[in-house]
Amino acid sequence: MKFGVVIFPGSNCDEDVIYVLEHIMGQEVVRLWHKDHDLQGVDFIILPGGFSFGDYLRSGAIARFSPLMQEVIQFAGKGGYVMGICNGFQILTEAGLLPGALLHNSNRKFICHNVYLKTETNNSLITSGLDLQKPLMIPIAHGEGNYFADADVLKGLQDNDQILFRYCDEAGNITQDSNINGSLVNIAGICNSTRNVFGMMPHPERAADSILANQDGLGIFESILKTVNA
Amino acid sequence: MKFIAEIDVMPLKEILDPQGKAVTGSMKNLGLEEIQNVRIGKHITLEIEAQDEATAKQRVDEACKKLLANLIMESYSFELKAV
Repeated sequence: MKFGVVIFPGSNCDEDVIYVLEHIMGQEVVRLWHKDHDLQGVDFIILPGGFSFGDYLRSGAIARFSPLMQEVIQFAGKGGYVMGICNGFQILTEAGLLPGALLHNSNRKFICHNVYLKTETNNSLITSGLDLQKPLMIPIAHGEGNYFADADVLKGLQDNDQILFRYCDEAGNITQDSNINGSLVNIAGICNSTRNVFGMMPHPERAADSILANQDGLGIFESILKTVNA
Repeated sequence: MKFIAEIDVMPLKEILDPQGKAVTGSMKNLGLEEIQNVRIGKHITLEIEAQDEATAKQRVDEACKKLLANLIMESYSFELKAV
């Protein structure tokens, strides 16, 4: 499988994702510069974390209009796989590829922390191989991760099984206390209605290498390869 | 003609504004406890060349809708002045 990782000025998790895909998953990866127009025939695009354009105006608002993003929007429209992690998730909501918006964390703090995630469904490319009973411990690092959408959008997400991950406690209970950034119904990750665009605030690429003593994020990358290669 | 647009972008009323909340809290420390519900948005100014005011208004509106405000979480309003 050929992955493309998009690099914006201010991206800072691009090399982490590339490392995981190349060295741990053994996949071909190309770096896609935001000013380019050519997706180089990739099968799967990842928008990495970071602070694209310094988070000026709003997180992701300026990156969304980069030349390459117009290609990404077309690619997604034709059913191509696109995944946004952290700042990448913010860019996808700004681009209208995912519903809702990411507001400032409700406690006003930048939060850099390991959190627990409950996988809500196996009905998506990135969650197909995950155990719904076993919470994943994956780090977050963001100031604007408070997922918000109006009541109609939330109902659509719930009715169509588009909520992929929710913040939970160590035992997997969805609680107010575990809702670390104030997200609507603890939402940490979603997909679009056609199930080819994915966004999540936590960083699975930071929990994939054995040297980090936590590989809970690896299952997400394994799910992608297992499903696509099946 | 050249116009200056004075644009205000504000968080929607139903959305928590953590910045405004923090500033509201600090008013107590100043002895100004009667001040409530501080909300903080952005003030943006820009210059635009257009053949008339209606065209300028339409172009600024497009800038607000597409980039300057995210209508899921913010509202905007603006005034145009000919210069």
